[in-house]
Amino acid sequence: MEPLIELKNVDMSFKDHRILNNVSLQIQPGEIMVIIGPSGAGKSTLLRLMIGLLRPTAGEIWVEGQEISHLNEEELNKIRRNMGMVFQYSALFDSMTVGDNVAFGIRQHTDMPEDQISRVIRRSLRMVGLMGKESLMPSELSGGMKKRVGLARAIAINPKIVLYDEPTAGLDPVMSSTINRLIMSTRRILGMTAVVVTHDMDSAFAIADRIAMMYDEKIIEVGTPDEFRESSNPLVQQFIYGVKNHCIPVRRRASE
Amino acid sequence: MQLIFQTLLQLRRMNIRHVIYQMAHLGVDTMPIVFMMIVFTGMVMVWQATPALTRAGAQSTTGGLVALAMFRELGPVLSAVVLAGRVGAAITAEIGSMKVTEQIDALRVMATNPIGYLVVPRFVACILMTPMVVTFANLMGIAGGFLVATTYTNVGPYTFVHSIETFTELSDFTGGLVKSMFFGGIVAIVGCLKGMGAKDGAGGVGNATTSSVVTSIVWIFVVNYFLSTWLFR
Repeated sequence: MEPLIELKNVDMSFKDHRILNNVSLQIQPGEIMVIIGPSGAGKSTLLRLMIGLLRPTAGEIWVEGQEISHLNEEELNKIRRNMGMVFQYSALFDSMTVGDNVAFGIRQHTDMPEDQISRVIRRSLRMVGLMGKESLMPSELSGGMKKRVGLARAIAINPKIVLYDEPTAGLDPVMSSTINRLIMSTRRILGMTAVVVTHDMDSAFAIADRIAMMYDEKIIEVGTPDEFRESSNPLVQQFIYGVKNHCIPVRRRASE
Repeated sequence: MQLIFQTLLQLRRMNIRHVIYQMAHLGVDTMPIVFMMIVFTGMVMVWQATPALTRAGAQSTTGGLVALAMFRELGPVLSAVVLAGRVGAAITAEIGSMKVTEQIDALRVMATNPIGYLVVPRFVACILMTPMVVTFANLMGIAGGFLVATTYTNVGPYTFVHSIETFTELSDFTGGLVKSMFFGGIVAIVGCLKGMGAKDGAGGVGNATTSSVVTSIVWIFVVNYFLSTWLFR
């Protein structure tokens, strides 16, 4: 099967600081791919490259059979209409109500009548357990509610691919579990492919079809959750079980 | 320059509803501040000028002097400075805070061009609203001068109005409006540019806002000189 997203030998640097080094990864249609790794490993950068928010220094990024790293913003927007993204800090438009946030993509790109848009808003908010909250402002929501509105906004346009940047970071275990169930139900009910960046290993094992681990600018292992649990790679073992040894050094200073 | 070019390219996709909202938000809200500033400017101008004009036997030209100064320079420039301080700062703070909270990335993710969505409505609104604000400022400035001239000096109401007719032409007024459109464009573009470039959290937004106001004001004065030499030669 042709992958929905494919990264081929991708390098990424900001000025003299290298973030990604020869990264290759394939994401199949309908799968939930979870990307794990220590802070600063380049996970969020990888996500931003997939949706064209950043351009790679070298290598190719293919989305739905199209190489996107050289596309201009207009051409990228055509690809992005099939993609959604849930940001780490939600990135809700704080001057708009929850309903307007959810309806934003539809109003921008379709001529859907308002009564139908209202139905889509209600349906999307019901899916994330926030029915009746459409008239609230983002400032009136808790962190977990904001994440769920972010998810409702991402799925409202019915994308093929949803990218999640740390969807459970900073949430309590119950809310994390709710978000995990939502990610799985978007795949089960709507058939969406998901790429999830997370530090939360419980979340990763709960939702992943496959996991990719990033370390030191590279993807060092890709496999199913079971393969990860049984991995002989000490870096993987240390990261998933949180064991302190000398594989992944604990950095006390940025310069170390 | 790149932002101006991209803004012009995105003009064809202008959302009229957003422009009208921005015109109300950016223009109408500025009127009270402009009113306070320009009325007192007109008043103090007459208060300071009339004794000197009286000594020269030219007090009958007071109205013309005030109107000419208002139409050509004071109305457009002072209004633009107020717009830079109020509207330019507001634009930078709003767009800057969107930038540091990833809302601009969210726009791009949702296949929406941030220039078309954020910059174009503000740019068009500023260009259209600034002449209206300046027209209001001109009238209020002259009214302030008229009040002081007729109350505290020997210049009569008829003399004041007649000297305006004698000493000013329509081109003085329209020239000022043309200048004001440039000033509106400067305030919007600088405000958006600084907002888009904001980084490093709330402190970064504060720095961008300060820089936006200062840069706009400097450019307004520089551009004003060249426009004046071109329009009123």
